[in-house]
Amino acid sequence: MHIIDRRLNPGGKSLENRQRFLRRAKSLVQGAVKKTSQERDIKDVLEGGEVTIPLDGMHEPRFRREGGTRDMVLPGNKKFIEGDYLQRSGQGSAKDSGPGEGDSEDAFRFVLSRDEFVDLFLDDLELPDLAKRKIAQTESEGIQRAGYTTSGSPANISVSRTVQLALARRIALRRPRKSEIEELEAEIAACTDEDLRAELVDKLEKLKAKSKRIPFIDPLDIRYRRFETVPRPVAQAVMFCLMDVSGSMSEHMKDLAKRFYMLLYVFLKRRYKHVEIVFIRHTDRAEEVDEQTFFYGPASGGTLVSSALQAMYEIVRERFNPSDWNIYAAQASDGDNSYSDGELTGLLLTDKILPVCQFFAYLEVGESGGSAFDLSDSSLWTLYDRLRNSGAPLSMRKVSERSEIFPVFHDLFQRRETSQEKAAP
Amino acid sequence: MTDRLFEGADWDFHTLQRITDACEEVALKDLGLDVYPNQIEVITAEQMLDAYSSVGMPLFYKHWSFGKHFAFHEASYRKGLMGLAYEIVINSSPCISYLMEENTATMQTLVIAHAAFGHNHFFKNNYLFKQWTDADGILDYLDFAKNYVATCEERYGRTEVERTLDAAHALMSHGIDRYPGKKKLDLRAEEKRAGRRRQHEEEVFNDLWRTVPKGASKTKSAISLERRRKLLGLPQENLLYFLEKSAPRLAPWQRELLRIVRHIAQYFYPQSQTKVMNEGTATYVHYRIMTQLHQQGRISDGNFLEFLGSHTNVVFQPEFDDPRFSGFNPYALGFAMMQDIERIVTRPEDEDREWFPDIAGKNDVMGVLRDVWANYRDESFIGQFLSPKLMRHFRMFHLHDDPEERAGIRVDAIHDDRGFRRVRRELARQHDVGYIDANIEVVDVDLAGDRRLILHHHVIKGSQLNETDAKRVLQHLADLWTYDVALIEVDSNDKVLREYVVSPRPIPAAVA
Repeated sequence: MHIIDRRLNPGGKSLENRQRFLRRAKSLVQGAVKKTSQERDIKDVLEGGEVTIPLDGMHEPRFRREGGTRDMVLPGNKKFIEGDYLQRSGQGSAKDSGPGEGDSEDAFRFVLSRDEFVDLFLDDLELPDLAKRKIAQTESEGIQRAGYTTSGSPANISVSRTVQLALARRIALRRPRKSEIEELEAEIAACTDEDLRAELVDKLEKLKAKSKRIPFIDPLDIRYRRFETVPRPVAQAVMFCLMDVSGSMSEHMKDLAKRFYMLLYVFLKRRYKHVEIVFIRHTDRAEEVDEQTFFYGPASGGTLVSSALQAMYEIVRERFNPSDWNIYAAQASDGDNSYSDGELTGLLLTDKILPVCQFFAYLEVGESGGSAFDLSDSSLWTLYDRLRNSGAPLSMRKVSERSEIFPVFHDLFQRRETSQEKAAP
Repeated sequence: MTDRLFEGADWDFHTLQRITDACEEVALKDLGLDVYPNQIEVITAEQMLDAYSSVGMPLFYKHWSFGKHFAFHEASYRKGLMGLAYEIVINSSPCISYLMEENTATMQTLVIAHAAFGHNHFFKNNYLFKQWTDADGILDYLDFAKNYVATCEERYGRTEVERTLDAAHALMSHGIDRYPGKKKLDLRAEEKRAGRRRQHEEEVFNDLWRTVPKGASKTKSAISLERRRKLLGLPQENLLYFLEKSAPRLAPWQRELLRIVRHIAQYFYPQSQTKVMNEGTATYVHYRIMTQLHQQGRISDGNFLEFLGSHTNVVFQPEFDDPRFSGFNPYALGFAMMQDIERIVTRPEDEDREWFPDIAGKNDVMGVLRDVWANYRDESFIGQFLSPKLMRHFRMFHLHDDPEERAGIRVDAIHDDRGFRRVRRELARQHDVGYIDANIEVVDVDLAGDRRLILHHHVIKGSQLNETDAKRVLQHLADLWTYDVALIEVDSNDKVLREYVVSPRPIPAAVA
């Protein structure tokens, strides 16, 4: 008879089978991830979690018989006698011998871990190597104390901990103290009675022997300081989402913007341990709002882009000191702006916003299939284009289809990379 | 009381040891069971899910389908749709029982009595298991299979191995010898042979010979149909065996993979034929042991009540119009029959004397039961021992559903004097795997012509194959055979009902 505790066995034996399954079901899972991420809030994209995938593609076929005449023996007959007939459908019919069997094969929920989810999310978007390299670069290694160990290099001996342990051990094993021995020696010296003296000497011998047996410091006591390398993420980042929500922005345009912000968030989240998001929507006034209001709240009015930039600047000044925070901003707009506002917008950008930003992206969103969109440049586009030509670190692109979002994202980052490299030397 | 095995719900390894010893004493002395040595392993819920996914086996080769099952089980477990089994037990020597760490002390006792003694005795003594399984060799063989598959993946690529295994899995239910005749499975020898075969292939491989011109091929005429069939061992219902031996273009490692899948299918064959008996035996045994321990005062009243709660849940049989109904519960039917046999042996009524003259009033309960456990499978067990009293108790009735019949489903027999034998015969038939699985066999190969493989499905009671699935399975079959495959569905008068022809998919160039 053996009783064995297997709980400590390395777990995750199924992990490899699970990965094989994921690999095989990749396109299905990817589709599911894509669908799920559309329904989620920006921050939730990184949560991982359940996706539902159809089992059809993963079906394992067997020869199965169906139809024909069937015989069955069932329990629980309350009223039937031989020769009765049961209705085929409705209550009392026992036609479905395996109810739900077909249904449960249709789809099932697959729980993805955070990393699996993000990987698939990014993988589907073919996040360029460029971006991955950037992520890798920004993690630096740091060294951190991590307790004590029993082995190590002499340079790392922790004297205080070693002595502490030695003391504890000496007390536990009752090693005689130096003062005890001295006292006894003094007593012997002062002693006159022969018998008592012999007894005391004997005692002294024993104490001395004991103190030899129990060393002052034992190799067992020695402790070394242990160090651990820890990844030290580059501090923190804040991402500003600026959006024009005046009446001209349609649901489709907001959706495009949302996707862009989502990508940016995932991208930053990979890079920084801590990412804040600030949503600023504007008409002719700007206000900071939560995500729900940002994407779904109704608003209308005129358009003053400068108001949003001003609001962003205020928030940066109040809460995000540029020396502590990496600041990113992405602006989405259909490109309309009051003519009178152009100058102010340009000034705010060049003087206040761009100097504190790591990256400023301008995304001009258009209606799906909108060809007119390409015909003439909008007022905002013209303005930004001028700024960019005069050397401002601005990235800008036009988008009108969902499928363009990723390439555009890719583009923006690539462009920034090259401009940075140019700027560096 | 000092004699208690445990108090409350907590247990530790010392308690488990005491429990096992106590159960063993009852099992061996009072019940006269004969078991393989036991090995009890405590595992976590995750490990239990894991074992679930690979057909309950502790070590298994890697395949995506186990990952799929794991994900599926895990998802429904997390949602609370499914409770985990309390135990998994493996037909091996030593007999391994897995206990979940979450179980209470009472549950552990129940599981030990159920698995380590009930199932264990059944595995060791039932004739089907003796005939078809090799308890000593299975774990080593699984280990070999796992390594072999891994080695193949390294050598020939994961996709290739996966393709072969997928195909083999699709045919797994038709990779079984249904009738003994060949010798018993000896997995250790099998493993050694596989090793020798491999070694031999490596030793004799010489690339030179591939380029040697071949002599003129023999004239392809002459061999008569009968002779050809005989040479190929046709008709053959074990499709995996046939492919392994006769598929013309399989690589040796592919044949070995088919052999592995086939051996594993064969290993589980007895389990599918004895669900009612196996669970009935284990449930009867745990019930006896638990009751005995309680009578001895080794289990407190409270813990015994806890046991009765779980036991009642396990043997609950919903009626056919209950939404929870999904066929006969093997635990309920099996346990009821075992108890009924006990009743017939000790307190028979006139009816029982008439129906069971051999065992009624024989008084040696365990002797009779041990004999039953050793010599029957579900079909013959129900056919022989389902008593009128039980049929009345379950209120069984027999329905006949003919799609042609407009009036509905006919009640063919009920639990009355006229119906007992018919109900019993029908229920027995439903537990006959030979009858449940489609009867498909290879009947011919056109060796002289286009090498088309011809299979027949003998349709019973008009029940044909599901078309989508059949096509997919045949695709796998054709891929292994590498020539066309035809499946013909014929009824009992040899009338052709449906015909499938599937061509193999081209093999990616990488293999050549």
